[in-house]
Amino acid sequence: MTVRMLGASLLCLGLLVGCAQTPVLRGTGDMGVVIERATGSVQVVEHTGRTSLGSVTGLGDLSHAHVTYSRDARYAFVFGRDGGLTKVDLLTQRIVRRVIQAGNSIGGSVSQDGRLVVAQNYQPGGIKAFDAETLELVSEVPAEYAPGKFSKVVGLADVPGQKFAYALFEAGEIWVTDFSDPRHPQTTRFPAGKQPYDGLVTPDGRYFMAGLFGEDGIALLDLWHPEKGVRKILDGYGRGEEKLPVYKMPHLRGWAMAGGYAFLPAVGRHEVLVVDTNTWTEAARVPLKGQPVFVMARPDGRQVWVNFAFPDNGWVQVIDTPTRQVIKTLAPGKAVLHMEFTPRGEEVWVSARDDNRVTVFDTNSFEVRKILPATAPSGIFFSHRAARIGF
Amino acid sequence: MRFDRSLWVHVLVLLGVAAVAASAQAEPVAQRQRELVNMVRQDCGSCHGLTLKGGLGPALLPENLRDKPAESLVATVMTGRPGTAMPGWAPFMNESEAEWIVQRLMQGFPPVATHMELSK
Repeated sequence: MTVRMLGASLLCLGLLVGCAQTPVLRGTGDMGVVIERATGSVQVVEHTGRTSLGSVTGLGDLSHAHVTYSRDARYAFVFGRDGGLTKVDLLTQRIVRRVIQAGNSIGGSVSQDGRLVVAQNYQPGGIKAFDAETLELVSEVPAEYAPGKFSKVVGLADVPGQKFAYALFEAGEIWVTDFSDPRHPQTTRFPAGKQPYDGLVTPDGRYFMAGLFGEDGIALLDLWHPEKGVRKILDGYGRGEEKLPVYKMPHLRGWAMAGGYAFLPAVGRHEVLVVDTNTWTEAARVPLKGQPVFVMARPDGRQVWVNFAFPDNGWVQVIDTPTRQVIKTLAPGKAVLHMEFTPRGEEVWVSARDDNRVTVFDTNSFEVRKILPATAPSGIFFSHRAARIGF
Repeated sequence: MRFDRSLWVHVLVLLGVAAVAASAQAEPVAQRQRELVNMVRQDCGSCHGLTLKGGLGPALLPENLRDKPAESLVATVMTGRPGTAMPGWAPFMNESEAEWIVQRLMQGFPPVATHMELSK
């Protein structure tokens, strides 16, 4: 048997095995995963037919989890609370690689060129860059903000120029790390404010913002002009008002920007803040049923959907952005944890942890299109995140 | 309805602990205990982790709490810690329930799976 024949035989074998796993050729653009937090598993789903395609188990502690996607949108990188980083193949619904990279992890993001997947960790505090193909450690940046003192890292986002921006909770700083030379990352530090709890980058990758828990305000860094440093916006937005208790930290990742205005969760106030992004000043506040957790714009920006912290976590409210009025209040189930829009926003998937279900709503009529069973579902992550800056 | 054996083990252990505890307060009834376990795991767990190994908030495992006086932990649960992200939980429980939670935390907290089983 010649080498060529052997190669051809192996190729056939490979195709046969491949065929056995994926009976029909398909793209991954309408796929995603639903985290099942109590069982350490994910369901692989598709949003064209609104079905679950299968389940992948063995992902560790997913009580807090985040998912980002490979550049080709075929692989989901699942970050678990226990520091597990797992590469899941959406097509075969198999684990391709899995490493335990930290003691306590919060999420991660993929680099502009798709070659690095970077994890953000609480313990040990810092970020670590892995080869997106093999999950081998490439380099790391410990969040040592003073000699021997390490900070938890929050709000990591990939930004243009093969960089990552993130905030340090204890240090009160924003760091920007350049991975152009992946084994020798270069970090720039910026003072930000007290206790940044999460961060986000605008869809164009220009502005990184960190929400502050320890003071009223948001730290804003213009990545086109980093030499100008961090600017505090909405400084003292609640001055003179007594703060309400916050039973769950808001998440900023579902950046909501619509018509030149940003919609952000207030901290300790049952309001969404509306910010004019030309002047970065407060334009309005929208009163709501509880402490907002996720404030997410439908992709066209016409609506903003909001879920809430305990004890108001059975509600979802929808804001009409031109009028800044609540136009709908929904009760999708007990303990609503997350929402994810389809890529063009005609539907939204909503998870209800304590009712063990995911509800798919039509965003125009608010009618229920489908209810999918899931075990204690939390995050829902669709594959179109693969093509977005900051995810 | 299927009862998890571990639930009964926990209930028996807890009853035993309660019997010897020098507490004048009444134990929360079983249904309320399950609600409290769920609240601690899920809602305290938003910051402290479902496994209580810590998140943005500190770990709440027995070894982390060993050297702390129970009464100050109860006060923290009820009124929070000003200047930190810890809110007071007094709107959702009374003092004896907070004491019960602190005792359980210091011994190793019961799992939430029992709640899931029972809710079906």
